[in-house]
Amino acid sequence: MHLYIAKRLAALVPILFGLTLVVFFIMALIPGDPALAILGAYATPENVARLNAQLGLDESLPVQYLTWLGNLLQGDLGRSYSLNRPVLDEVLERFSATLILAGAALVLCTIFGLLAGIVSAVRQYGLADKAVTLLVLVGISMPSFWLGLLLILFFAVELRWLPASGMYAIYGGGDLPDLLSHLILPAATLAAVATGVVARLTRSAMLEVLRQDFIRTARAKGLPERRVIYVHAFKAALVSIIPVIGIQAGFVLGGAVYIETVFQWPGIGRMLVQAISTRDILLVQGGVLVVAASYVLINLLVDVLQSLVDPRVKA
Amino acid sequence: MSAISTSSSAGDAARTPERPKRRSFLRLLLRNRLAGLGLVVLAAIVAIAILAPILPLADPNATAPANRLLPPLSEGHLLGTDELGRDLLSRLVWGTRLSLFMGVAATLVAALLGSTIGLVAGYFGGRLDNALMRSIDMLMAFPYILLALAIVAVLGPGLLNALYAVAIVNIPFFARNIRGVTVGLSHKDFVEAARLSGMGHGRILVSEVLPNVMPVIVITMSTTVGWMILETAGLSFLGLGSQPPQADLGSILGEGRKVMLTAPHVTTIAGITIFLLVMSINLVGDGVRDALDPRLSAGALARPAPVTRIARAKNADDAAPPEGSPALAVRRLSTRFEVGERIYRAVNDVSFTIRRGECLGLVGESGSGKSVTALSLLGLVPSPPGVIRAGRVWREGEDVLSLSREKLRALRGGRVSYIFQDPLTTLHPLFTVGDQLVEAIRAHRPASHAEAWTQAVALLDRVRIPAAADRAEALPHELSGGMRQRVAIAMALANEPDLIIADEPTTALDVTVQAQILALLDELRRESGLALLFITHDFGVVSQLCDRVAVMYAGKIVEEGPTQAVLEAPAHPYTRLLIACVPILGSGKRALDAIPGLPPAVDRLPDGCAFAPRCPRATAACKEGEIPPVSVADRRSARCLYAGEVMRAATEGSAA
Ligand code: SF4
Repeated sequence: MHLYIAKRLAALVPILFGLTLVVFFIMALIPGDPALAILGAYATPENVARLNAQLGLDESLPVQYLTWLGNLLQGDLGRSYSLNRPVLDEVLERFSATLILAGAALVLCTIFGLLAGIVSAVRQYGLADKAVTLLVLVGISMPSFWLGLLLILFFAVELRWLPASGMYAIYGGGDLPDLLSHLILPAATLAAVATGVVARLTRSAMLEVLRQDFIRTARAKGLPERRVIYVHAFKAALVSIIPVIGIQAGFVLGGAVYIETVFQWPGIGRMLVQAISTRDILLVQGGVLVVAASYVLINLLVDVLQSLVDPRVKA
Repeated sequence: MSAISTSSSAGDAARTPERPKRRSFLRLLLRNRLAGLGLVVLAAIVAIAILAPILPLADPNATAPANRLLPPLSEGHLLGTDELGRDLLSRLVWGTRLSLFMGVAATLVAALLGSTIGLVAGYFGGRLDNALMRSIDMLMAFPYILLALAIVAVLGPGLLNALYAVAIVNIPFFARNIRGVTVGLSHKDFVEAARLSGMGHGRILVSEVLPNVMPVIVITMSTTVGWMILETAGLSFLGLGSQPPQADLGSILGEGRKVMLTAPHVTTIAGITIFLLVMSINLVGDGVRDALDPRLSAGALARPAPVTRIARAKNADDAAPPEGSPALAVRRLSTRFEVGERIYRAVNDVSFTIRRGECLGLVGESGSGKSVTALSLLGLVPSPPGVIRAGRVWREGEDVLSLSREKLRALRGGRVSYIFQDPLTTLHPLFTVGDQLVEAIRAHRPASHAEAWTQAVALLDRVRIPAAADRAEALPHELSGGMRQRVAIAMALANEPDLIIADEPTTALDVTVQAQILALLDELRRESGLALLFITHDFGVVSQLCDRVAVMYAGKIVEEGPTQAVLEAPAHPYTRLLIACVPILGSGKRALDAIPGLPPAVDRLPDGCAFAPRCPRATAACKEGEIPPVSVADRRSARCLYAGEVMRAATEGSAA
């Protein structure tokens, strides 16, 4: 087990390295002169040249990359010109807000997706199954940004139960109930699609497993049907469900972009959208890199979890 | 088993995709009512989008500040106006047109690039495959939408850029799916043949491989186009896609958001439109997938119920319980697989008795119905599609098939237990064998986990597993095949049964292990005086183990009697041939290929004797009417018009 984790950790190094390469060179592809973008159209050529030198942009690309990587390893992602603060500080602050949102959504979609999927499989073709199938279909066809707006209109504007925006508790302003009341709507919105996907897959994984020979064995040895389904079938189905939950982690991390915009959640997705419109390239670079790196770590966690459920993959 | 093998071969066919005939494809698609509904809605939306330029619509970009934010059903503006007074209906139609175009275009780009990568990687394999797939993995290391954002950041906001971004993000889905199929195809005979005939790689890919990969491409397209419409709309919603004055549905929604509180109709109408569009596409997509890959369709994945469906006719004359107190008495059992219109008579009017402590061998080719018979006894035939249509299974004066769920559960693995063919698939792969034994014990009597564990180890010891305490901690895949089958036997013994039903328990094992397992079973049986129903295709095994034998053919028992007597003088031509094809007694694996011809499909049984088409003795009389079992000697019967002669010929033959 430890060996497996160690191996997986070692395999992280090239992936993370690859990530830095991709992120750096994507950003290097940006047409136009960043210094010009920063200084505006009326900048004098001397000023542009000075800023270019300052940013190291007059070096060759590989040199620039190495300098950038060196700085990165020291925790220096550069300075955001639009916010005038270190990129890393901004990114970490924003990312923690996104993690809360995405984490909550992931928990929601796992719980409800599994429940709905199991009920649906157990009551195949029954009323519950049809209801779940319909909800799943609605869930995965619904643009999440519109769902968010609908929820705001209904719960925040119409019923005034929950706030539509204004989540600042992360910065030390509010307490836990305040955070939760701000979290419910965006987390539910973000979880909607993922719940549908998890439910759909859980249903088919359970149905697939329930046809297996070892389920017949479980029945032949006289186990109560509850145990056959919730222990034997579910554990075997988890093997194919866990990777899908891992994929959903990526979907909620990315999908947070829309939800943060709709609910004005101070997360990294909204930061990225703003940074893209202000052409704050270093900020985009840092944000993308941190989110992607965290996604790689999440995938590692998922794999470890998988190996706990299914010891056959250990080798 | 023929019904089962029929359905699994249908599954195999689905896994190697072939181009289905177009008409049947459309029919399959339309049979799915939801998909049909989706198709209608989608067709309507597409038609409106295409006809937008000739529809009598207002100019979608004509602003009219005086008319801003008119509610729906205003005069001249069916759906009202937006914050610049532009006609919403017109904007919506043009927006739908743009969104559809973006989604379809992104799908085509992703399909083209992704499929090409997948085809090339899968076809050439080796280092090229490795390099391509590594790059794809790298793309997938980014959260889905984040990557699209990064690409838009590079290219700058704009309609086409959003389209490229969404297309690139979806390339991996195509590349992976198509590579998977191509790898399987690149070693197929027809591809090898094309290569040998000197066809260039490019031509082979296009003319031989591509047509076979096409269904997968179509499935992937139909399942991703909905997302891509959502994603491009999403980017526009964020202001990164279509730029004013041009507006797709996402932009309309995004603009409407600013006035959401005063005029919610703008976002609502745009939202509903996106939703309907994507939902209709998803419905059609699911339909396409089900039609092209039936294995994935909901119907193919019917969940087997805990007990076989039992639907017997009331006025059956099989109600009398047997005399004496046998371990089990089966009377006129009929189990069928009912798949739509087709009815497979897997078990057809089968009767037999197993006395206490007796071993009965049930012999037949695969597809003869012997396994289905075994599973029917405790209602373990998967249903759907299995249905028990007639018969009784008597045990201790009660009909097992009429027992309550709970009583049946208590019987299963309690006084009657099963051993199945391949313990690698019949043991749960993720629980230790010790835990699986503990479970079997605790399902039938109260015991703490620790007590049950001690008993489990003792059971493993009893089936001669060395170092039983250690092995109890092992998972099934960590044991050898022989050890696994010993575990399965230990599990069957867990609650001291008086009858064990063993369904080809040695078929998956190699010959030496087979002999060991048989010896173990025989020993255990004599030790504890339990009865055994032993199902096999191997007459050699029967002669070693069984007191009596019943031979099955096409769902019926065609001959029954004491093993020795049947072996010496078979009364049914089929039995005779079966015996003849055992080269060395007990050498196992030998298939029954020595009998020319195939057993009949049990959904199309011929009139008269089912064996007639293969029978060397068949006459015209054999093909008319039901052949009843006739008694040929003391406690022996056979379903053959000429049973007596066959038997006599055998005796004379062996005497000669
Ligand atoms: S009834 Fe006729 S066809 Fe059938 S086994 Fe006997 S001889 Fe052959």
